[in-house]
Amino acid sequence: MIMEWANAIVQGTLLGGLYALFAAGLSLIFGVMRLVNIAHGDLIVLAAYLGLTTAIVLGVHPLAALLIVVPAMAAIGYALQRGVLNQTLGDDILPPLLVTFGLSVIIQNALLEVYSADPQKMDAGALETASISVGGLALGVLPLLTFAVAVAIIATLQWTFYRTALGRAFRAVSDNQDIAQLMGLNRRHVFGLAMALSLAVTAVAGILLGVRTSFDPSIGGGRLIFGFEAVIIGGLGNLWGTLAGGVILGVAQTVGAKINPGWQILAGHIAFLLILAVRPNGLFPRISG
Amino acid sequence: MSEPILRIEGLDAHYGDFQAIYGIDMSVAEGEVLAIIGANGAGKTTAMRSIAGLMQNGADQIRYRGEAIGALRADQVAERGIALVPEGRQLFPSLSVEENLIIGGQVGRDGPWSLKTVFELFPILEERRNQASTSLSGGQQQMVAIGRALMANPDLILFDEISLGLAPVIIKDIYQALPGIVRGGMSAVIVEQDITKALSVSSRVYCLQEGRVSLEGASAAVSRKDIARAYFGVE
Repeated sequence: MIMEWANAIVQGTLLGGLYALFAAGLSLIFGVMRLVNIAHGDLIVLAAYLGLTTAIVLGVHPLAALLIVVPAMAAIGYALQRGVLNQTLGDDILPPLLVTFGLSVIIQNALLEVYSADPQKMDAGALETASISVGGLALGVLPLLTFAVAVAIIATLQWTFYRTALGRAFRAVSDNQDIAQLMGLNRRHVFGLAMALSLAVTAVAGILLGVRTSFDPSIGGGRLIFGFEAVIIGGLGNLWGTLAGGVILGVAQTVGAKINPGWQILAGHIAFLLILAVRPNGLFPRISG
Repeated sequence: MSEPILRIEGLDAHYGDFQAIYGIDMSVAEGEVLAIIGANGAGKTTAMRSIAGLMQNGADQIRYRGEAIGALRADQVAERGIALVPEGRQLFPSLSVEENLIIGGQVGRDGPWSLKTVFELFPILEERRNQASTSLSGGQQQMVAIGRALMANPDLILFDEISLGLAPVIIKDIYQALPGIVRGGMSAVIVEQDITKALSVSSRVYCLQEGRVSLEGASAAVSRKDIARAYFGVE
């Protein structure tokens, strides 16, 4: 009995790694340019389809497809930012919301047109069912890998933000766009790099999603909500908080499912609403200057 | 006189429908320290923002070393060797003192200024290098803002109201550092409310009044009476 609950919590924690990956790109973009990317979930699904196509066409393992999908999504991100989203940024936060909402509709329909509405899944072979036994719990290798990747990516993003010239540029542009421009930083380029980095993370999230479960063009919205909830629970602007948010969401879902299989998604939303009610700024908001 | 490093001709500047500057002419010679004085709202800061590229103007209205730069973006102007110390210091709160300075050197121009030389000019900043820039006093923040501009190794540096909101003793310290800054042949434009201060550090002075140049002359030669008339527009 206790083992079953412990299992739910551990599985939920590992699931939280995937949610943190959904959320990290979202958090990064909001942090750098105050852009709420409504199309983020659909971009995750797009990455999953790109992974599927790459794996089938080249006949490679889905994880090897990362070598192509990550740079491809980064390039799409840079082009999208320079070509479209930069034009929407200004004092008003509504234009980027509307444009990314439109982008979400466009991506969904394009995927529907190209790949049909049939659910797809990537074949990762033995990795999908492999597990290791730890203290009486069977832990899937894939969820463990996902969680490890999430921790590694968040650590890398954190390091990039606080230890590199690129991160310094991100923070400077986020603080004051005009003054950053005086320092020789072209904000349009910096924003393009931020979106490229965000979609590179999204590529990893999309492929791990597509290996874990089946997907179809309509599931982007749900992934966006999970990402949002993880960001808000963790506190805006705090990447480690985002990981904690993902874990809390994942645990709430698996514990909810343990009580009643129909409650999985609902339990996650309730946990989110409870935390929002008690801590409106999330659990670990970054204190802003 | 040789070709000026900066020549402004017929500069107009607008904020939406509001026109802040009406066709001003101005020039800065190589190695010169120029002062711009004027009452609040005379257009001093607007002129600085126009030169630095934060406001877009007609390309030919501002020429730097003969090149039309009026329509360039601020980052492009910075690359050409013009740095602005903005009004109100405007440090990056998310960056430490040292990071604020490093990012000033982002344009990657060669020259005498580096973290080491900025720390020699303002030793207190070396002690505080890892602190958040917002934790410093106003005077120390101004030192960071000046250091940040110097890190770009500009040929022309613009100071916009660097004494604003600082205690007189701090202002004295900062102005004492000025000769050391311009000694290397750097040209400077100083916008200042304190007229005595402005005249004492500059070789020439312009006075702006309601967006127009109301007085121009050698700082040592302009009379108090001329300035009073140019400043307030009354006899």
